[in-house]
Amino acid sequence: MRITNLFKVAFRSLSRNKLRSFLTMLGIIIGVASVIAMLAIGEGSNQNIKASIASLGTNSIMIFPGANFQGGVRQGASSIQTIKVEDVEAIAKHCDLVNYVSPVDQKRVQAVNGSENWSTTILGVNNDYFTIRSLSVTKGNSFTSSDEHAAAKVCVVGTTVVLNLFGDEDVDPTGAIIRINSIPVKIIGVLSKMGQNTFGQDQDDIILAPFPTVQKRMMSSSSYVNSILASAVSEDQITDAVDEVSGLLREKHKLAPSDDNDFTVRTQSDISNIFGAISSVMTILLASIAGISLLVGGIGIMNIMLVSVTERTREIGIRMAIGAKGRDILVQFMIESIVLSFAGGLIGIALGIGVSELVAIFGGWPVVITLSSVLLSFSFSAIIGVFFGWYPARKAASLNPIDALRYE
Amino acid sequence: MTGTTPLIEIKNLTKTYKTGDIEVKALYDVSLNIQQGEFVAIMGASGSGKSTFMNILGCLDNPTSGEYLMEGANVFTRSKNELAELRNKKIGFVFQSYNILPRTSAQENVELPMLYNSQVPAKDRKEKAIHALTSVGLADRIHSMPNQLSGGQQQRVAIARALVNDPVVVMADEPTGNLDSKTSYEIMEIFQHLNEKGITIVMVTHEPDIAQFAKSNIVFKDGKIIANELVKDRKNATELLKNIATLSEDKATT
Ligand SMILES: Nc1ncnc2c1ncn2[C@@H]1O[C@H](COP(=O)(O)OP(=O)(O)O)[C@@H](O)[C@H]1O
Ligand SMILES: [Mg+2]
Repeated sequence: MRITNLFKVAFRSLSRNKLRSFLTMLGIIIGVASVIAMLAIGEGSNQNIKASIASLGTNSIMIFPGANFQGGVRQGASSIQTIKVEDVEAIAKHCDLVNYVSPVDQKRVQAVNGSENWSTTILGVNNDYFTIRSLSVTKGNSFTSSDEHAAAKVCVVGTTVVLNLFGDEDVDPTGAIIRINSIPVKIIGVLSKMGQNTFGQDQDDIILAPFPTVQKRMMSSSSYVNSILASAVSEDQITDAVDEVSGLLREKHKLAPSDDNDFTVRTQSDISNIFGAISSVMTILLASIAGISLLVGGIGIMNIMLVSVTERTREIGIRMAIGAKGRDILVQFMIESIVLSFAGGLIGIALGIGVSELVAIFGGWPVVITLSSVLLSFSFSAIIGVFFGWYPARKAASLNPIDALRYE
Repeated sequence: MTGTTPLIEIKNLTKTYKTGDIEVKALYDVSLNIQQGEFVAIMGASGSGKSTFMNILGCLDNPTSGEYLMEGANVFTRSKNELAELRNKKIGFVFQSYNILPRTSAQENVELPMLYNSQVPAKDRKEKAIHALTSVGLADRIHSMPNQLSGGQQQRVAIARALVNDPVVVMADEPTGNLDSKTSYEIMEIFQHLNEKGITIVMVTHEPDIAQFAKSNIVFKDGKIIANELVKDRKNATELLKNIATLSEDKATT
């Protein structure tokens, strides 16, 4: 029996049963496409979260007042004030494993330029803050240490602030004086655009000013600090740096060995662990949905194959009655199901990539198509397709021709 | 009988169907020789075991016991693949219900046995299929689908398919069972022509009328052969059809 003849037999059979062929392929197409799209969306948000966390600075250490600090988000009132300006100075002076440190005071403010006004956030920081968060200034300059000493009324603004106060984000606002909570402040620089972070926050909707300026002119208290941002000399030494900072702060706050810390130290890796956990939950969720889609697709394929078994068993009986051997039947059915599975798989891959791209374009959601999702879904569907094409055929081919012909 | 080997030798054939606890003895100890060039009609009441016998003869089913020699060689000892080869090359089987593939043209149906026969080169397939269809009078219906053909035409496609690998014997189980008498005569005409060319024919029928076209009749009763006799006034299908044609012409003119 020549294999070319069996190809001919298989292709004739496929084209004779177009609806059945199409429905079989549909199961595979849906299975493959949904797995690829689901995993692309999951992987996209994963990588996006990672990038956002990395933008916090890879070696960064955050110190917040109070012991009940969770997930980098302040719980309850901001009235807990335990960190002082001297703590920042002490860290800068005594902690060898910390190379940059900046106090951070944060406040919602109203910024006004002529008739335009905009509600935004001002951060009082020092120059180290720019280094730790890898911020750069595109127009003008960042503030100097003399600005800090003098609590000068200067600031660096994000592009969203420029857009809302000057009508266009490409305007060069350096030198302009704006009013922040009625205090006239001169813009000396513009931050390079950063866009949104994972949580949809506009990272360009911000004003940075020298710490003393914010602390003395805008905050109610003058000796306490909202938080501290520092960075360790290297990623390997983050935990040692945390211990060093904690030890120093305990000492400065005169805590007894039995007392809990009255501050919380978080590192970038703590935060990325938290979000890593969130994103792996999400990946598992998406993978389960994808798995269910594959299963549903697989059941679809199985149903079509089993439903057509009556008709096909008679066909097999006819073929055997005129001289087809069991293996001729099996090879024919294998060719049929391989062709359907592969064609369906390829269409499914194309559709999955297409859907992912549409989600990226219209949903504004980052997607990353991974080779492993393509291979996984394709091989799973192909195995199901080939198995359920082969299995009923094997059963039918082992019958006597007359029993296959009589099959009902 | 001279010393020539019969085409088919059946010895002590039995077949028992088992469905659950119930056993049905469809064939009891059947023995029969069929010579090369014979035209045998197998008769008998419904349920007498005719189909069971034909299916075993056509290697579509296994016996319970017995011996079957074709051209002197044992059949039941052969493997499944060897039996498939036998069905493909030596036997042409025709069913009452035609059993041609649906949604498949007459030509493709007739090509099918050749696709399973590696001795037929691909280039000869089409020509042989058309030749076989022409020989059963379907030269003009080569591309027709089964649902565009009458019962008689579908049965002719099935016969063309049975002939296309040049078998030594054509076996037919009630080939005219679903057809009217004129169409049945046309099928008998084809069988008589094939038989004249030397092809052995074994045919089941329960219509005595149709059995008259064969050379000899065998009668089954309750799974046994009760009679095996030559046909005395054998009918000639070609003449009969001519008479019918002139009869209807006369009717038309008067
Ligand atoms: N597949 C089967 N299973 C069980 N019994 C069967 C089967 N085929 C035929 N029989 C029984 O065997 C006997 C002979 O049947 P069959 O050979 O079909 O007779 P015929 O063709 O002469 O009408 C009947 O009693 C029938 O009921
Ligand atoms: Mg019968």
